[in-house]
Amino acid sequence: MMNDKIKLCYDVPADDFTRAGEASSNVKSKLKMMGVNPEIIRKVAIAMYEGEINMVIHAFGGTIDVVITPDEIEMVLKDDGPGIENIELAMQAGYSTAPDNIRSLGFGAGMGLPNMKKYTDELNIDSTVGVGTTVTMKVKMNER
Amino acid sequence: MMKVNELINQCGFEVMNEGNHTDREVTIPFCCDLLSIAMGRMPAGAAWVTVMANINTLAVATLADAACIILAEGSRLDDAAYQKAKEQGVTVLLTENPIFETALMVYQKLHA
Repeated sequence: MMNDKIKLCYDVPADDFTRAGEASSNVKSKLKMMGVNPEIIRKVAIAMYEGEINMVIHAFGGTIDVVITPDEIEMVLKDDGPGIENIELAMQAGYSTAPDNIRSLGFGAGMGLPNMKKYTDELNIDSTVGVGTTVTMKVKMNER
Repeated sequence: MMKVNELINQCGFEVMNEGNHTDREVTIPFCCDLLSIAMGRMPAGAAWVTVMANINTLAVATLADAACIILAEGSRLDDAAYQKAKEQGVTVLLTENPIFETALMVYQKLHA
C-alpha cells in the first residue's frame, strides 16, 4: 500500500499551548490509517509532540515537514528561534531553560530532548544562536 | 486483564468524559504529574492517574496512547480541556481520592 513517498507539512503557531499537539495528532491518525505498527506510531507521536512543545516554548513556533516512506518516517522541525547555546547540556535529562509559567503547565522538566532521543532511531540537531534550530528525527519502520 | 468500562464499574469513578475506546484493555496504572516524564515513561494502555488537568494532559494521553485518564484529588478538566477530551474521544474519570490510593485500587482490580 505504501509504495510512494508521502509528505506532510505543518505550521506550529507561537505561544499557543492549546494547539500544540495538533500536528502530532494528525500524523498519528494518518499513520494509523496506513496500518503502521502501533509502537512505531507511538514513538513518532511522542518525539514529534516534544518537538512541537519545544517550538512553542522556546522558538515562537515554526514548521514541521514529515516524510513517510516504506522504510522510515522522517520529521524535520524548523524554527527561527533563539537557537540552543549548548546542545550537550540541553540533551541532559533534567536540564531546562523553560520559564515558570511553562512549569506550572506540567512541562519544563528537562525531558524534551531526552525523550526525542529515546523514541527515535536518529536525532540530529542543527542550531545557531540567534538564527534558529533544525531538528531532524527518523523512526525506522522495522524495529530491530 | 481488564477493560476501561469494567474498571469504571468496579472502581466507582465518576465519568467526566466517556470517550470512544472504553472496550480497550488497561495494562497498568501509571502515576505522574510532569507531562514530559509521563510522555517518556507511560506504557501504552496505561490508566494514567494525575492531578494535572489541562489541555496538554489530553494531548499527552492521546499521543502516548493511554487507555484512560483518572483525575485524582478532585481535580477537573477546565472547559478547553473538556472540549478537547470530547473531540479526541479520550476517557476521563474523576475521583476525590489521592493519587496513590487510586492507582493502588486500579492495580488491585487488574490483579484480582
